[in-house]
Amino acid sequence: MAIIEVVDLVKTYDRKVAVDGVSFTVDEGEIFGILGPNGAGKTTTVECVEGLHTPDGGTIRVDGLDPRRDRAELRARLGVQLQQSELPDRIRVGEALDLYASFYRDPADWRELLARLGLADRAKTEYRKLSGGQKQRVSIALALIGKPKVAVLDELTTGLDPQARRDTWDLVEQIRDAGVTVVLVTHFMEEAERLCDRIALIDAGRLVAVDSPAGLVSRVDGEQRVRFRPAAPLDVALLTELPEVSHVERHGPQLVVTGTGNLLHAVTSVLARNQIVAADLRIEQAGLDDAFIRLTGRKLTE
Amino acid sequence: MLKIVKTEWKLFLREPSMVVFAVLFPTVLLLVLGAIPALRTPDPTFGDLRFIDAYVSSLVVIALAFLGLNKLPTTVASYREKGVLRRFSTTPVHPARLLVAQVLVNVIAGVISIVLLMVVCWAVFDIDLPHHPLGFLVTCLLGLLSLSALGLLVAAWAPNARSAGGWATVVFMLVMFFGGAYLPRFLLPDFLNVIGEYLPPGVGALQESWLGVAPDPAHLGVLALVTLVAGTVAAKSFRWE
Repeated sequence: MAIIEVVDLVKTYDRKVAVDGVSFTVDEGEIFGILGPNGAGKTTTVECVEGLHTPDGGTIRVDGLDPRRDRAELRARLGVQLQQSELPDRIRVGEALDLYASFYRDPADWRELLARLGLADRAKTEYRKLSGGQKQRVSIALALIGKPKVAVLDELTTGLDPQARRDTWDLVEQIRDAGVTVVLVTHFMEEAERLCDRIALIDAGRLVAVDSPAGLVSRVDGEQRVRFRPAAPLDVALLTELPEVSHVERHGPQLVVTGTGNLLHAVTSVLARNQIVAADLRIEQAGLDDAFIRLTGRKLTE
Repeated sequence: MLKIVKTEWKLFLREPSMVVFAVLFPTVLLLVLGAIPALRTPDPTFGDLRFIDAYVSSLVVIALAFLGLNKLPTTVASYREKGVLRRFSTTPVHPARLLVAQVLVNVIAGVISIVLLMVVCWAVFDIDLPHHPLGFLVTCLLGLLSLSALGLLVAAWAPNARSAGGWATVVFMLVMFFGGAYLPRFLLPDFLNVIGEYLPPGVGALQESWLGVAPDPAHLGVLALVTLVAGTVAAKSFRWE
């Protein structure tokens, strides 16, 4: 069942269109990703859903509520982790949670919440003395303190080291398993692929596709890449004439052969016939990045 | 709401520089000035008062001006810059409550600061206390509220925390000058004194209540008007992000 419905959302800033006719629905209990490059309109989209901005067009329903008209009620049901939002330097973690808990009718037990987020021993620590990962977890705690039905997490792991990032991912899965619908805004392919049940791909304010990670990948399925460094000069034409090969690119000493079917076998056979050794041979399956390039014509991180 | 005030009060107490300036500074300045013999000897040029007698009302101005025009706008502007206000606006509680809490914290700090000053005036220097305590209290309160409203106006219009600090300092200096904090008021020309009497925080009304007459309603009226106008404009034009 859909808990969020966005239909033809339009938002313009100073005549610049930030979001241009985006529609999608988020089902109850899923982790829904909003993926796209920086400046694609992801944050604007979710901030309209949160009721922080008034859309210039389209309709939004969150759990049956209109984010602008039913502001107060929406805020009680929606937990928000904002991109770049801090707390006062000297507030203690426990104080911040206790304060925010007092804003809601039926808040979660903040001590239990801190323990779940691995911050039990930080309750008396001042905010300014926390590490980046800890601040991010406090931010998640504040988003969950009101026992929301939906949690919107914006650029959750930006600036975190790889270990903290993986810990945070586990946390997001726990949130979903506890029955909270999660909307995850990210520009990390790996994050979206690992966590999301479904992903909305957004580029330049427009919705490119909505599908499961596997569904998106299957749109470019069958495509693979073989990457290697030929030990001796190799006539590229020998490869391009193979039926399995769609194209060949040269990256310095490396060759990247893209194609379908039994690509690896076809390429290695040619090499063997010409007695050329392939060093550093790797085979790569198509992933979300390839899907993104195929769907938008450009790379995600540029 | 009570919890927000309580939390903001704790945060205020954790900023040593704020506490020192807002609460302790006027009293410390009085002690320092009072330690200079010439300043605590009655002088015919001051109408046979001591310098410190005449300067106490200026010390009250310092306390009120610091709270309303320094602490308030810089705190509020930095809350906006850091996204504290924005985060509030994602909860069922409107971020305006945080600003109201700030003003209340100011009132509490102001009361403590002035009571401390009065106690030292009376106990150490035997300075006459306000003869019209109620009038004095009302004037202090209205004075602080009017300065806080001006402080919020600065915070509302300044693009960031740094320029809020800068703009607030300019208004702060003006208030301090007209309030006689730099030069005792009897050294200022008459026309400046008249302006100063009406400007926040209302030196005219402070002195009247000190001398034992009820403050001139016109003085209080100006303070109330400044509070109302600046407060309304600040509320209407406040940028939350």
